Amino acid sequence: MTSLTHRRGWGFWLQLGFTLLVCALLTVPMAMSMLAGLTANYFVGLKSGLTLHWVEEVWRVYAGTILLSLQIAVACLAVTLVVGVPAAYALARRPGRLARLVEELLMMPVAIPGLATALALIVTYGAVGDLRSSWLFILVGHVLFTLPFMVRAVLAVMLSVDLTTLEEGAASLGAGFIRRFRTIVLPNARSGILAGSLMVLTLSVGEFNLTWLLHTPLTKTLPVGLADSYASLRIEIGSAYTLVFFLMIVPSLILLQGLARHGRPSA
Amino acid sequence: MAVRPLESARMTDRFHLDAVPIRLDGCGKTFPGGARALEPLDLTIRGGETIVFLGPSGCGKTTTLRIIAGLESPDPGGRVLFGDEDVTDLPIERRNVGMVFQSYALFPNMTVAENVAYGLKVRRVGRAERGRRVEEMLDLMHLGEFAGRRIDQLSGGQRQRVALARALVVRPRVLLLDEPLTALDAKLRDSLRLEIDRLLRELGITAVYVTHDQGEAMALGDRIVVMAKGRVAQVGTPREIYYQPADGFVADFIGTMNRVGGTVRDGVLRIGRGSLPWSGPDGPVELLTRPEDIALASGEADAHLDGRIAAAVFLGDRTRLVVEPADGPPLTVDTAGRSDLGRGDRVSLRVDPARLLAVP
Repeated sequence: MTSLTHRRGWGFWLQLGFTLLVCALLTVPMAMSMLAGLTANYFVGLKSGLTLHWVEEVWRVYAGTILLSLQIAVACLAVTLVVGVPAAYALARRPGRLARLVEELLMMPVAIPGLATALALIVTYGAVGDLRSSWLFILVGHVLFTLPFMVRAVLAVMLSVDLTTLEEGAASLGAGFIRRFRTIVLPNARSGILAGSLMVLTLSVGEFNLTWLLHTPLTKTLPVGLADSYASLRIEIGSAYTLVFFLMIVPSLILLQGLARHGRPSA
Repeated sequence: MAVRPLESARMTDRFHLDAVPIRLDGCGKTFPGGARALEPLDLTIRGGETIVFLGPSGCGKTTTLRIIAGLESPDPGGRVLFGDEDVTDLPIERRNVGMVFQSYALFPNMTVAENVAYGLKVRRVGRAERGRRVEEMLDLMHLGEFAGRRIDQLSGGQRQRVALARALVVRPRVLLLDEPLTALDAKLRDSLRLEIDRLLRELGITAVYVTHDQGEAMALGDRIVVMAKGRVAQVGTPREIYYQPADGFVADFIGTMNRVGGTVRDGVLRIGRGSLPWSGPDGPVELLTRPEDIALASGEADAHLDGRIAAAVFLGDRTRLVVEPADGPPLTVDTAGRSDLGRGDRVSLRVDPARLLAVP
């Protein structure tokens, strides 16, 4: 007993070493990439000094893509909230086989490769008005891709709080549908809505597969610009660009993790 | 009627509610798919009466409650009336009923006080009056100190008291309780049952109570509606249901019932080796009687049946014997608590002729 708790055997050190190795394997490239974005000359190395010059350069060239990505993410969130929350509510209130089938169908766009979905969108809607050259075309793709995540997150919470009985309780006290939805349904689904929202923002900002096919030279998003810069510009610019991307996405990922840990239906 | 303590009398003045009668006219319920949950039912519930729907699960008692509440609508042709008003087509939110659920249905996103205030807010009662009425109601339910608590910080009994307060504070026309004590443990169930009984008497509200527990039904109901398989088996006071069951189902469902076989000839009923005067057609009969209506015979002369004790259970106030007679099913017999009879002893039994029931 004491030897187990006080003296760690070689097995422990082996496991720790292996874990650290795997962590390093994953994080070192990220760190290297971010560092490259802050290095004056990557080929010379760190001794060339640290600079924010490349970040500024990224902002000068790609500010448009960053703002467009944010714009699309926010619009995508708005649409998935307006469509996804009522959809989750409808699924939660109808515990039939049809509802479960719809739930499964909702996951289809996630299972199908983004490129295929994008091609299908172009074939079907590419010739409709000016849609093809509008940022709204990308928004359509993003909504298609992120909506299931919103619905799933909200649905899971709604199913865990027995909404039906809560609503019957509210109705017995005289509350009509609108009031019940506002005062009972939404507050009790809050943690799910929050988790879904962060998920949608994160996925939309990072989405590449669909967007790469859907974008035009005038509607480039951040990940598309990133691919572009890696392909055609100095490594330092691509790396600085990655750094900007991390800065945008990491806070929402951390919040998401926090929610997953503390998020209870009533919280 | 009953003499109430001074304090209760004052509370009654303040909270006394209108006693609205309820009438069900041919209310049946067929679920999509064709399953018949409730055969068409006619029933009048008097104003201020507490009526208990009692039966095993799936007997239609909850469906009936939900039809009264407005959570289900009856099959075409059925009507629900509150007083003179036909409420059949009104949804629950416009019927002004109070409802208490087995699972409490308290809003987890609100405090105790906010839960109780919810119905008043919906009714646009001003802030000052709302606060006053919530406080009064919480005091009445001994919940004053919990006003600011979250629902998940309360015990089951406290939660159900909050649910009662929330339902009553809006002064509903009728109070509907759907198995309100089922989720609680036995001791809490007893104390909350007494509290509900006191409340219903003091408020004078028309109440409909659904349960599968016959003890609750007997203790709370002015009248009991015993249901089985979507039909009403019997409607009556607890005493009527207990002493004059309408049929074998009611007899077996409420309390413990013995079945004694005998033969009638020329106005004399023969049971075992005893005979009693009996009016009824000649032939073999099966009669029912309660455990407390069979006694140990004092001597050979007045004994009707002989048997051997198969089990003796000491229950404190009485000892319950299971006696196997020479022929026929075992009999349950209640005797004095201080009995030293035990398994294997031979006993002679005497039935009380006035307490023998012939039931279809």
